[in-house]
Amino acid sequence: MALTPTDGPTRNSRRSDPLWVRVTLTSLALLAMTVLVVIPVISVFAEALADGLGAYWNNLTGDADTRHSVLLTLMVAPLAVLCNLVFGVAAAWAITRFQFRGRTLLVTLIDVPFSVSPIVAGLMFVLLFAGWGVFGPWLEANGLRVLFTVPGLVLVTTFVTLPFVARELIPVMEAIGPDEELAALSLGANGWQIFWRITLPNIKWGLLYGVILCNARAMGEFGAVYVVSGRIAGETCTMPLQVEVLFQDFNSPAAFALASVLTMLAVVTLLLKVWVEGRKKSSAVENTP
Amino acid sequence: MSITAQNVTKRFGAFTALDNVSVDCPAGELVALLGPSGSGKTTLLRVIAGLEVPDSGTVHFRDDDITSHSARDRNVGFVFQHYALFRHMTVFENVAFGLRVRKWPEPKIRERVKEMLHLVRLEEKAEQYPANLSGGQKQRIALVRALAPEPKVMLLDEPFGALDAKVRAELRDWLRRLHGELKHVTSIFVTHDQEEAFEVADRVVVLNKGKVEQYGTPITVFEHPKNEFVMDFLGNVNKLPVRVEGGRALLGETGTVELPAKLFGANENGRTDAYIRPHELDISRTAEGGNCLLGKIVHINPAGSVVKVRLLAEDFGLMINVDITPDRYRALALKQNETVFVTPKTARIFEPDYTI
Repeated sequence: MALTPTDGPTRNSRRSDPLWVRVTLTSLALLAMTVLVVIPVISVFAEALADGLGAYWNNLTGDADTRHSVLLTLMVAPLAVLCNLVFGVAAAWAITRFQFRGRTLLVTLIDVPFSVSPIVAGLMFVLLFAGWGVFGPWLEANGLRVLFTVPGLVLVTTFVTLPFVARELIPVMEAIGPDEELAALSLGANGWQIFWRITLPNIKWGLLYGVILCNARAMGEFGAVYVVSGRIAGETCTMPLQVEVLFQDFNSPAAFALASVLTMLAVVTLLLKVWVEGRKKSSAVENTP
Repeated sequence: MSITAQNVTKRFGAFTALDNVSVDCPAGELVALLGPSGSGKTTLLRVIAGLEVPDSGTVHFRDDDITSHSARDRNVGFVFQHYALFRHMTVFENVAFGLRVRKWPEPKIRERVKEMLHLVRLEEKAEQYPANLSGGQKQRIALVRALAPEPKVMLLDEPFGALDAKVRAELRDWLRRLHGELKHVTSIFVTHDQEEAFEVADRVVVLNKGKVEQYGTPITVFEHPKNEFVMDFLGNVNKLPVRVEGGRALLGETGTVELPAKLFGANENGRTDAYIRPHELDISRTAEGGNCLLGKIVHINPAGSVVKVRLLAEDFGLMINVDITPDRYRALALKQNETVFVTPKTARIFEPDYTI
């Protein structure tokens, strides 16, 4: 986008700030970033690789429980993301395209998982699905279990990451407006055709952005999963839980090795996010109708 | 295909957008829905298109009741004020969309899209994206996109509202000619611009506050407005207080100037308002017929095809607008602050039972 006249004065005034102000503020920001982000991230890798690559690899692959935790996370996170994808698109569509009773309530409720502590979220699900809980007796009678199982992990992870996709899509869909969809409808398209050919191409970058954020959060989730999983090694221990188990066992090399994998996943997510953000912006500028 | 909306009512919460509206558009005609914002004209158009469901009333295409049909089954071409082009598709794909979802064979789609782009002289833009088009080009593409699947009904929602004056006039002209060439297409368009409605439409429906005020050809609506609202909405008008005495309409409380207006029985001996358009008044330097009022010239605007003169009739405390021809203006050599005679050539008084 071209510079608008309003960009001018702020840029100039920033440039006219005294030198010492600029130097001080910049150094403070850099110092905080170094102490809080850069050093810890590097130390994770340093610690993980302290005994050399061979030991690192051994730490990661030697233990069956650790291997299982990696696979479990790579299964739980995508499933939770998938649930959120469906829910997020449906919620954003409903909120931006229809006027209905309880619309404002829905908008507010979507944010609840953001404001509730994950550990509380975990406890809520225990309350619901434990043998003495609300659905517990019924589940037991039908031979089903949610607590301490993979479906339970997916469920709490979905809950904790619920707002990501919907929150990302609502403003995008509001900005685009319903006219293109109505035009497609009057041209004879059915609901699926409208969604796949008009809505989805318009929201795809926003959607992808939401999915990436959602996935990052889902992979790193600890609190809620901690409560619901029962921490059964080799069964319900996801990567973050396994890191904690290893750490508690005074097996720090293995804990740091696994932590470094999680960190790498986070870095990849971050890079993807930056790339998608760029695409999102440029597509918004190029394709303003 | 004729379009009939019968007793259509639509409420949004406490707001009544359409209040028992009936409109009938004969096959092949171009009808304008004219009214101020909030008059319900766009809602009526959307009800006809199937984009809005009426609370009561029916919509018929020819003899078929299509009230419960979805918008996609009505085979209606709809044009939005802000174009609503598919931003991620090329111009070609935009125009082809309606044909693709109707499963036309590919060669026929190519042929039809080419024909449509030729119609609006935008063949060279086929591979461009909507973002690269000007406003006028976008609206022309939106028009042919709606036309491509050969609808029997075209509905246009303020199609030229977002364009600048010159492009608007061009497109207006073009729409008029296009409608003439397209046999068997019935079109309805929404506008708040009376000039646009009169210039383009075969018939005009004047709407106000969710009700039809008048329905007729542009000439009838303009020359014989049914009530004060229509009179007032269609261009400038002077509103003068009169008293009715013995079958004569006399200006002001005590004046003796008689206005040449047709009276209704109910007007007998009372107070009411008379309406005179600026071009229905004449200015002269002598009190020719005697039946005239004195006015001091406050302002003259000679720029335009008519000269607009604004006068203050001090005897009555009224501001009066008069339009005269440039020839007349030169012959009279009018100047500001001069006092001249103003003669009403005609005046209108409406039945008093009408309340705004």
